[in-house]
Amino acid sequence: MKEEFKVISKLIDEKSRVLDVGCGDGILMEYLSKNKVVDIRGLEISKEKVKKCLSNGLAVVEGNAESDLKQFPDLSFDYVILSQTLQAFMSPENVIKDLLRVGKKVIVTIPNFGHWKIRVDLLFKGEMPITKNLPYEWYNTPNLHMCTIQDFYNFCNNKGINIFKTISLNGQKTSKITPSNLKYKNLISELGIFLLEK
Amino acid sequence: MSNFDKIKSITIKQPLKLDCGKEISNFPLAYETYGNLNEKKDNAILVFHALTGDQFASGQNPVTNKEGWWNYAVGPGKAFDTEKFFVICANVIGGCMGSYGPGTIDPKTNNPIGTNFPVITINDMVNAQYNLLDHFKIERLFAVAGGSMGGMQVLQFVSNFPNKAKVALPIACTASHSAQNIAFNELGRQAIMSDINWKDGLYDGKTSNPDKGLAVARMAAHITYLSKKGLQEKFGRNLQERSDLKFGFDADFQIESYLRYQGSVFVDRFDANSYLYITRAMDYFDLTKQHGGNLSKAFKESKTKFFIISFTSDWLYPTSENKDIVIALNAIGADVGFVEIKTDKGHDSFLLDVPDFLSTIKNYLSTTYLNVNERRI
Repeated sequence: MKEEFKVISKLIDEKSRVLDVGCGDGILMEYLSKNKVVDIRGLEISKEKVKKCLSNGLAVVEGNAESDLKQFPDLSFDYVILSQTLQAFMSPENVIKDLLRVGKKVIVTIPNFGHWKIRVDLLFKGEMPITKNLPYEWYNTPNLHMCTIQDFYNFCNNKGINIFKTISLNGQKTSKITPSNLKYKNLISELGIFLLEK
Repeated sequence: MSNFDKIKSITIKQPLKLDCGKEISNFPLAYETYGNLNEKKDNAILVFHALTGDQFASGQNPVTNKEGWWNYAVGPGKAFDTEKFFVICANVIGGCMGSYGPGTIDPKTNNPIGTNFPVITINDMVNAQYNLLDHFKIERLFAVAGGSMGGMQVLQFVSNFPNKAKVALPIACTASHSAQNIAFNELGRQAIMSDINWKDGLYDGKTSNPDKGLAVARMAAHITYLSKKGLQEKFGRNLQERSDLKFGFDADFQIESYLRYQGSVFVDRFDANSYLYITRAMDYFDLTKQHGGNLSKAFKESKTKFFIISFTSDWLYPTSENKDIVIALNAIGADVGFVEIKTDKGHDSFLLDVPDFLSTIKNYLSTTYLNVNERRI
């Protein structure tokens, strides 16, 4: 099981209502339904993936987070999850705003563009980096708005979004990110996991 | 028509109060079943038919000798797998396959009831069919399902009986008939009522029938069931058994010949007055209005799991209208899944061999059956 999912699962209280935005094949939804008593829904843009989710009996609605989140009432979920999808939106800022409207708490995970390998790649090769988490060429990537853990941290601070917890994921290793180790974690983390509240 | 004696039916004795204010009692409701009801009686699926359907969803219709209207979906190993599920399908009241309708013979006059039949609604149809649960002693259905008008009945059923079905599958439908829907239905009704043989609805059903009007109604409606692309690909401007245009009004084009054929076979199996009554019921359907303008209220009491399906090329009940149902359900935190299936086959997609559509339903039902019974939801 993806390490990321374990971390997300730990952040979620039992018996809560969860919305997985950009739920993909529904692997995280299945993981959470098995490991936690949760009432979970999904929103996914790809028809193929939605069919897969529904075939597995998951309550997933086909839709685009940028236009279809509005159908969910304010604070209708205890947690809204956005796993490695933020960078693919036209307007990440508006999506985050909507997530914070729909969810009492929001879990956002971002592939960290500040990881040292990416920095080294760009520095020495002079080419757009291709990694395990970012496997695309510049011309076919769905990722429109890449950011670093530091960037997202700054974004939350500027927008007055409360960060409850920040977790670094590097391979199998998880660790806490704090203001004092942020610069270092921004260099070594592959993934940043943020627990947010309005 | 013969073989009407092969039709199963129940007689609904207790009075049913109709939306129009009239009351009916002691009337027949014809039905058919597929598969077996298990011991726990937890595997029953009530399937609702569309405008011109009937209780014969699968196998061979003994009256018309044609294949059941949902043969692609209902049967052993199919989407509604009759090796697992007990599928019940009834002919709606107002219909003409054995249920109480305008074609039913009035014993006083020995003639069909005709337009003396009361105007019925989707709500009336569903309330009549609810009696089948008592008949089979089913406490709770596993699922209710249907496309088009069948989907409207699904929505009405859950609204009327919030906890009588664990799963609801409304397909290619709407919560409220649009002006365009009503317009097309009115076109069909006018075609029937303009036929000299309609006789204000009091034709005797033997010597004369408003066949011409009914055929035109069917032709017009049939166009709305297909997509422009589908029609173009199937027929284009192909000529019908001729090498050139004939400069007349015979069926020069294949599409003309096809529509004429569709019209002519339809009148052999369908009653013109039933067409009037059922299209009227569809036009009157407005579940949003029934709930004071808030569709969410229709489902507020229900714990039913919804799975809503629309088709990309369906312009009669477009995705946007199906999505309105999804939005109403999400507004109250209901358990809802939704997918729009990509196909060129138009509104008719739900009746046809659309593998993505059929396999998704099949998998959804079998997984959900295990889930709801394990977790005892």
